Amino acid sequence: MQITNGKKCIEVNNVSFSYNGQSVLENISFSVNTGDYVGLIGPNGGGKTTLIKIILGLLKPTTGTVRIFGKDIKEFKEKSLIGYVPQHVSKAVSHLPATVKEVIETGRTARIGLFKKPTKDDERAVEKAMKMVGVLHLQHRLIENLSGGELQKVFIARALAGEPKILILDEPNVGVDLASQEQFYNFLQKLNQEFGLTILFVSHDIDIISCEVKCLLCLNKNLIYHGLPEEFLTREYIEKLYGKKVKFIFHRH
Amino acid sequence: MLEIFQFDFMIRAFIAGTAIAITAPVVGIFLVVRRYALMADTLAHIAFLGVVAGFLMNISPFIAMIGTSLISVFCIEKLRTSKRLAGDSLLALFLSGSLAVATVLISVFGGFNLNLFSFLFGSITTVMLSELFIIMPLCLSVIFIILMLYKELFFISLNEELAEANGIKTNILNTLIVVLAAFSVVVSIKIVGALLIGALMVIPVLAAIQFKRGFKSTIVLSIIFSLLSVLLGIFLSYYLGIASGGAIVVVALFLFLLSVFLNRNKK
Repeated sequence: MQITNGKKCIEVNNVSFSYNGQSVLENISFSVNTGDYVGLIGPNGGGKTTLIKIILGLLKPTTGTVRIFGKDIKEFKEKSLIGYVPQHVSKAVSHLPATVKEVIETGRTARIGLFKKPTKDDERAVEKAMKMVGVLHLQHRLIENLSGGELQKVFIARALAGEPKILILDEPNVGVDLASQEQFYNFLQKLNQEFGLTILFVSHDIDIISCEVKCLLCLNKNLIYHGLPEEFLTREYIEKLYGKKVKFIFHRH
Repeated sequence: MLEIFQFDFMIRAFIAGTAIAITAPVVGIFLVVRRYALMADTLAHIAFLGVVAGFLMNISPFIAMIGTSLISVFCIEKLRTSKRLAGDSLLALFLSGSLAVATVLISVFGGFNLNLFSFLFGSITTVMLSELFIIMPLCLSVIFIILMLYKELFFISLNEELAEANGIKTNILNTLIVVLAAFSVVVSIKIVGALLIGALMVIPVLAAIQFKRGFKSTIVLSIIFSLLSVLLGIFLSYYLGIASGGAIVVVALFLFLLSVFLNRNKK
């Protein structure tokens, strides 16, 4: 697939979603261009994960459509072009006896296709992903023996092994200390700038993410803001998102 | 040559036993890691109902078992996806429900000449030559399908949502695992018995997991434990004159305890 920068790679049109009669998302429309680095923020329960699942085709919107590289998500077959790092990976997989390498290889599974065996190209992509994320030395370790941060990296490597064009990260645990946070954000910057990966980063941490991303989406059932992070950092929007009584202290890194 | 190999029925038991020993843990591991271990027991009880129903309708127990299993798998999956009942309640319902129906059928139409004890606890003398022609192709097909779909099955075991997001057909694969489990139960029931087949599919896998290896190595280890259990179990059954299912599962249990002991220092 030919991909040029600046073209729309994710288009969300009038998407609404309700669950058991309760409205979770209302009339969401936006688009993401190739090469963008987009932060999706909003309070817990604001529908961030639901929106991501709709973009991935895991949930069907009640109304509206999603297009990926111009194709309706229902007909979009090259799903491995979207690398996805879900929330709470550590809880989900701890029971499985599997090595780091075995987990990262699943990033190729869909690309290889049914009844086919991995080729040298697949092995190379897996190794490259492990090197990029810095988990090559962990490849023979069992995933149950990893720390939360290491497991996070493994799942990012898994997503990268599929050689995606879009990377979607749902509230990654970015590490407890500032040094590892910074390292993590630098890594995402590198993926975006050097490798041209389009990134959609979900977080409830407005503070840090707004310093990192090129474009900010704020979601609380409705799309409250879509634009440059600098403009968002005015009181008006933050009050709209979190209510009047919240006091914000911004750290500039 | 050992006396044990002079009997045709023993040779048949060993051939069938080997095939079953390889098939059971290969399917079992996918049930265990998906927290679906009780599925094997449920399918075994359903298969037992099939045996009874097949006898009453005068059809081959294998055909009857496959029939009842497939119908039940279809119902279980329908109920599971409708989210009317939680997975474990669903299994409990089918497990005891099918045994209840089987017991009622046996009581009402009692006095038939069916060796129920051997179907419940397994027997090495009951495998006929004609049945080997059913058991072997079924075992080979189950193993072949798992080999062909190994990477997809591993993927959904890792995380179903991720697999689905990559466009893997998780619903079909989920049903497939259960159907393959049903076939493994059907081929094993004569030697291992309905009440104990679940144990053969699960215990060697649990023993292998103690060694803290990757997924592929865990499968290989579980096949080794399963082979040891079945072959030693058949020997014990012959020389001590005990039901083969019990003997096999007791060996498996011993291997499990040994595995726990050997790996007690791994965290």
